[in-house]
Amino acid sequence: MEKNSLKSWLYLLPAFLFLGVFMIYPLVDVFVYSFEEGYNSASQTFYGTGLYNYSYVLHDPYFLQALKNTFILVLITVPLSTGLALLISLGLNSIRKLKELFQTIFFLPYVTNTLAVGLVFMILFKKTPYSDGMVNLLIQWFGGQGVDFIDGPYWAKMFVLCFYTVWIVLPFKILILTSALASVNDIYYKAAKVDGTSRFRIFYKITLPMISPMIFYLIITGFIGAFKAYSDAVALFGVNLNAAKMNTIVGYVYDMLYGDSGGYPSYASAAAILLFAIVLTITCINLLASKKHVHY
Amino acid sequence: MKIVLKNLTKKFPSRNKKSKQEVIAVSNFDFEIPDGKLIGLLGPSGCGKSTALNLISGLQMPTEGRIFFGEEDVTMLPPEHRGVGLVFQSYALYPHLTVQQNIIFPLENLKGSAKLTKEEMQKRALEAAKLVQIDQLMERKPNELSGGQQQRVAIARALVKLPKVLLLDEPLSNLDARLRLQTREELKRIQQETKITTIFVTHDQEEAMSISDQIIVMKEGVVQQIGKPQDVYDDPHNLFVAKFLGTPPINVFEGRVEDEKLYIGEEAVLDVPFVADQPIYVGIRPEGFQVAEDGPFTTSLQGVEVMGRDISVISKHALCQNENIRSIVTAETKVDTTKETVSFRLKPYKVYLFHKETEKRIYFKQ
Repeated sequence: MEKNSLKSWLYLLPAFLFLGVFMIYPLVDVFVYSFEEGYNSASQTFYGTGLYNYSYVLHDPYFLQALKNTFILVLITVPLSTGLALLISLGLNSIRKLKELFQTIFFLPYVTNTLAVGLVFMILFKKTPYSDGMVNLLIQWFGGQGVDFIDGPYWAKMFVLCFYTVWIVLPFKILILTSALASVNDIYYKAAKVDGTSRFRIFYKITLPMISPMIFYLIITGFIGAFKAYSDAVALFGVNLNAAKMNTIVGYVYDMLYGDSGGYPSYASAAAILLFAIVLTITCINLLASKKHVHY
Repeated sequence: MKIVLKNLTKKFPSRNKKSKQEVIAVSNFDFEIPDGKLIGLLGPSGCGKSTALNLISGLQMPTEGRIFFGEEDVTMLPPEHRGVGLVFQSYALYPHLTVQQNIIFPLENLKGSAKLTKEEMQKRALEAAKLVQIDQLMERKPNELSGGQQQRVAIARALVKLPKVLLLDEPLSNLDARLRLQTREELKRIQQETKITTIFVTHDQEEAMSISDQIIVMKEGVVQQIGKPQDVYDDPHNLFVAKFLGTPPINVFEGRVEDEKLYIGEEAVLDVPFVADQPIYVGIRPEGFQVAEDGPFTTSLQGVEVMGRDISVISKHALCQNENIRSIVTAETKVDTTKETVSFRLKPYKVYLFHKETEKRIYFKQ
C-alpha cells in the first residue's frame, strides 16, 4: 500500500513540477515582489518591504484611469455581447433556410486575423488627411458632426474600444449559444405548445433555464477575458495607451515592466495582484450567483 | 367529448428529391370516438399512429380531412385552443422545475377570464397529483423520480387543465414489465374516474387489448379494423390484423379450398361450406387446436412446454409460415412425446381463411 502511494505520487510528479514551475512559482514570486520596494530584477536587490507599492499604484492617475477603463469595458461589453449573441443565436435557431450560411458568416470574425480586423476598424473610424473614415462620412451624410474616434474625445474612443471588443468576442459566444439552443430537446417546446404557453414564457421559463449553464459559462469567461483586455486597445490606439487615456490594467502592468516608463517590476507586481484580486472576487460572485440561478 | 375524424389524411413531402412521391402517414382516417371512452391506437412502428395522435392534438396539421371535438370543428385550431392534454413517450417533464411546478405550468398559461389565483392553482395541482398518487413527491425534481413516477407526473400535468381529450403517446413503453402491468391498470382507473375521452398509442397489442374500450388497428397509415378488443381478436378482417393480435401469435399456413374442404398439404382438415375453390392463407389461433389421435391435421412434434394452467405443444409443418406451430391446450391433455407426430382437430371458429392476394378474410359457414 505504502509503495503504491509512493508510485502514484511519482506519476503525478511531472504535472506538479510543471504546474509548480510555470504557475505557482511565478504567482508566489509576483506576490513577493509586490511587497518589495524598488525591486531590481537585474541586481536582485530591493530596499524595503511593505505596502508602499500598492499605495503608489493606487494613487497613480494612470492606474486609476486604467482601472476605470477596464471596468467600463467589462460592464458594457460582457452583458452587451452576451445579450447580442443570445439574440442572434435565437434568430439563427428559428430560421430554416440558409442557416448554415448565416452561421458561417457570424463565425467568420473568429477566424479572421486580428490585424485585418484592426485595419477594417481603421477604415471605419480613423481620421486621416485624406478621409474622415466611413462612420464619420455616414454621420455627416445624415447631417451630424464628425468625431475623431481614434484621437478624439474619451467617449468616442471608449465607444470604438467597446465596439471592437464586442465584435471580437461575439462569434465564439454565438457558436456556444447556438449549439446550446440546438441541444434543447424539441419535445419540451411541443409540450409547452400543447399547454398554450406564450412565446415569451417558453423562452423565459424553458429555453433560458435549459441553456443557463452555457450562459453563465460565457459570462464568467467573458468577465475574465474583458478584465485581461490589452491587445484590443493596442490594436486601436497604438502602444502609448497612457497618453491616449485608453490604458487597461494589463496594459498598465505591461507598461510598468517594459514600456517607456518601464523598469518597475514592484509596481507592476502590485498592479497584477490587484487585478488578480478583482478577477477572483468577481468570479466568486459569479459562481455564487450561478448556484442560485443555473439549473443543471 | 366525442371526437369525429373525417377523411383525415396527412402527407409528408418525400425526403428523396428525385422521386417526388409523397409519404402518406395517415390515409383517410374516418372514425367517431364516443365520449368518455378509452381508445387504443395500435399498430407496428411507422404505421402512422403517432402522426394520427399529433393531428388530433394539433401539433401537426392534416393535409386533408376534418377533426371535430363534439360539434366544434377544430381542424385549424392550434393545440392550445383545443383543450387537449398530451403525455409524451419520454414524458417531457421540465427538468429544472419541481413536480409541483411542472404540474402547475399549464395553469399558469391561462389568460383572461380563465386565469386562476395562486391558491386555486395549487389546489388543482394537488387534486391532479392525488389522482395519480404522487402528492407526496411535490417538491422533487424529475430526475429524482423513478420512471413510473415521472409517468404519473406527466399524466397529472396533462390532466390538471381538465382537458376535453387526453392523448397518450406510447405511455408504457419506457417502463419495465412489472410496472407496465401496474400502470396500465392505473391508467384505466384514472380514465374511468375522470371520464375524459382518452386515446393512447401503442405498438403492444396486449397493452391495447387489456385496457381499451375500443381498439383501432393501423398499418401503413391505413386503418385496418376498429372494434372492441375481443371482437377484433375473434373476427379479424384481414391477415394483418389476425397476425398482429394475440400472444402467442396466430399460426398461418398456405392452403387451398377444394370441394368446400380446406386442405393444408394433402390433408383435408376442415369443412368450409360455401367457399369457392382457390388457394388461400389459413390462420389458426393457438387455442384453436385440439389434440386428437384421429385428428385430420398431422404435424411433426417438437416438444411440449408446460405452463401450469395449460400446456403449449410445439410442432412443425412444411406449409406453416411461422417457424413453429404453437398450440395451447388444457393441462389435462395427454401428449405422447415419444411419438414423431401429433394430430389435431380444429375448432372451426378459431380458423380464419384469407384471400391469397388481397389477404382479406373469406368467411365460411360454421
